[in-house]
Amino acid sequence: MDSIVENVVVKDGVDQETVDAVREVGGAYKHGWSTDIEMEYAPKGLSPDIVKLISEKNEEPDWMLDWRLAAYERWLQKKEPEWAMVDYPKIDFQDQYYYARPKSMETKPKSLDEVDPKLLATYEKLGIPLKEQLILAGVDGAEELTGAPRKVAVDAVFDSVSVGTTFRDELLKAGVIFCSISEAIKDYPDLVKKYLGSVVPVSDNYYATLNSAVFSDGSFVYIPPGVRCPMELSTYFRINAENTGQFERTLIIADKGSYVSYLEGCTAPQRDIAQLHAAVVEIIIEEDAEVKYSTVQNWYPGDENGKGGIYNFVTKRADCRGDRAKVMWTQVETGSAVTWKYPSCILRGNETQGEFYSIAIANNMQQADTGTKMVHLGKNTKSRIVSKGISAGQAQNTYRGLVSMHPRAKDSRNYTQCDSLLIGDKCGAHTVPYIEVKNNSSRVEHEATTSKVDDDQLFYCRSRGMDEEEAVALVVNGFCKDVLQALPMEFAMEAQQLVAISLEGSVG
Amino acid sequence: MLTINNLHVKLEEEDKPILKGVNLTVEAGKVHAIMGPNGSGKSTLSYVLSGKDGYEVTDGTVNLNGQDVFGMEPEERSSAGMFLAFQYPVEIPGVGNMTFLRTAVNAQRKSRGEEEMSAAEFLKIVRLRAKELKIDADMLKRPVNVGFSGGEKKRNEILQMAMLEPKICILDETDSGLDVDAMKLVADGVNSLRNSNRGFLVITHYQRLLDHIKPDYVHIMADGQIVKTGGPDLALEVENNGYKDLLAGVA
Repeated sequence: MDSIVENVVVKDGVDQETVDAVREVGGAYKHGWSTDIEMEYAPKGLSPDIVKLISEKNEEPDWMLDWRLAAYERWLQKKEPEWAMVDYPKIDFQDQYYYARPKSMETKPKSLDEVDPKLLATYEKLGIPLKEQLILAGVDGAEELTGAPRKVAVDAVFDSVSVGTTFRDELLKAGVIFCSISEAIKDYPDLVKKYLGSVVPVSDNYYATLNSAVFSDGSFVYIPPGVRCPMELSTYFRINAENTGQFERTLIIADKGSYVSYLEGCTAPQRDIAQLHAAVVEIIIEEDAEVKYSTVQNWYPGDENGKGGIYNFVTKRADCRGDRAKVMWTQVETGSAVTWKYPSCILRGNETQGEFYSIAIANNMQQADTGTKMVHLGKNTKSRIVSKGISAGQAQNTYRGLVSMHPRAKDSRNYTQCDSLLIGDKCGAHTVPYIEVKNNSSRVEHEATTSKVDDDQLFYCRSRGMDEEEAVALVVNGFCKDVLQALPMEFAMEAQQLVAISLEGSVG
Repeated sequence: MLTINNLHVKLEEEDKPILKGVNLTVEAGKVHAIMGPNGSGKSTLSYVLSGKDGYEVTDGTVNLNGQDVFGMEPEERSSAGMFLAFQYPVEIPGVGNMTFLRTAVNAQRKSRGEEEMSAAEFLKIVRLRAKELKIDADMLKRPVNVGFSGGEKKRNEILQMAMLEPKICILDETDSGLDVDAMKLVADGVNSLRNSNRGFLVITHYQRLLDHIKPDYVHIMADGQIVKTGGPDLALEVENNGYKDLLAGVA
């Protein structure tokens, strides 16, 4: 990788710091820096006035504000869920900022060129993935070096606000809409009205309801019938401001016979105080359409004593509405102090398919409670779950999954494979599968294993010249192979390195 | 090259001495064989030399080309030229054999301050070496030792040895579990690596491996010590009369 970067000519206006950041691979949590940008905050705490303010700042129509206020009312009546195997100090929801945006965004930039260069530099520093970053950083020769000009369109969300979307015009030519959700609310109200909240209802769960009231931005994707999206779409989420909750909302609609692959990357600066992230992702997949959604989540996990880090409470759900619709979730979860996340598939149409591939790594004091829900409603539906949980340090890692076969879901099938790997003797792995089968023609298979990183394996690697960390990374990457293979190329490399980085110091 | 001086070793967890004063020098270009009955400490010697956990050195020194072996981590010993062909090679699920080899080769190069081997160069060499050991492309792609037959595992050890080009090769009962043809293949592989700069320590129960890998010296180990040293004929004596007579003669 280094050699790729070294061989390119740096364009004017790209500062050395960016180039160095691009070059740097490895280190502890490498996204722990923060950007010094003047921010505009809404007052702390949550009230109808704050909801109104967020709506006003986004110049939203009345129907949207009403929707938010209704959500706020529902949220007041809801209780924080306590069933997950995670333990954290009670969150004071009145001590959070619900809206923060860079001052330079007060009047929205019309194109990426108008965006504060500091913001862009921030995204450039994030370094995911390299190929894209070279192009973003304006490095000459990036395309030639990285092979065919395979473009990735990016929507970058900085604290509460989408700061820019690349390749929009080119996408529009193909009929693909890719913009921030705040723009979509203004420009495509009919689509938003039709689909928003149709997969994750406003009152779905505590955090989803909170998100519905206060979400500030996020990404919107619409792929028209029969269109294969000409490039990968991706969103980078960055929490920068202190004491700020990030509540983004993503809405993806794949109309009949369309296809899209969507990547999501997340990072946050290193802060002593825990930060809140409660996102909602809704995906609608119509007849014969297919969506692949890949996440590499690398939020700041807190320090080795459990101080700071992101509390990640996310609701992600895909609805395979039409017959033969397909969805594939792939996630690599290495960050967060607390993860509470269950990307799910509603297999509503007949012959629909849902797949879930997950790597969840918890080191030090991290806690992860993650898994999926496969709800089989249509006939001949299929789902597959491959979950790899890795625990090190004093971390607790729980797989929680539901496979539900409804009476109408005749001849459906599920296969679940749940593997846990332990490093050291102070961590824990837990598997909590819920299985409900309400017809007699469906089949559900569940396999689970728990293993330890074997001393013999490590010694074998070391006796061949690898140091301990390299040996652990190799063994763990082998353990995760089934899932790593499901990732798009750009992410697979990054994910392999992340696996190694997030386990540094876990042995010895 | 490798000098073992008055080596005393006990198990870390119990107070049971296993090696009780081993003295041995392996010169470059020579093949030393160690034979001995079960429980005599042969495998312990190979593990202690390569740095496996669970053993405590209570006395003695081991020197590899002037370096104190006990002051080095297993990976440092490996980079310094020590190689142990395991009696029971370890399976690593999900890690391709080729990936493993390349990671090992480059880890050693890196620690010696050398440049990493390019993918093209590595492929060229690994294919050549694999062919000599009748290892096909499929076996190079499969996960390390997973589902390998006994013969395949041992050939794979020799392939690693060939790729890492060590200075001192320790073979721990490499013949165990091999049929005659597989043993011949492994022995041919080892013989092709013999040269004037490389020393071998071949640990075996049986004389038959030494028909194929001709040793310069044969040592008999019993109860944690080398009790008798001789030429290749000593191995034949073991084969014909067993350890019992031989050890009785020593006592």
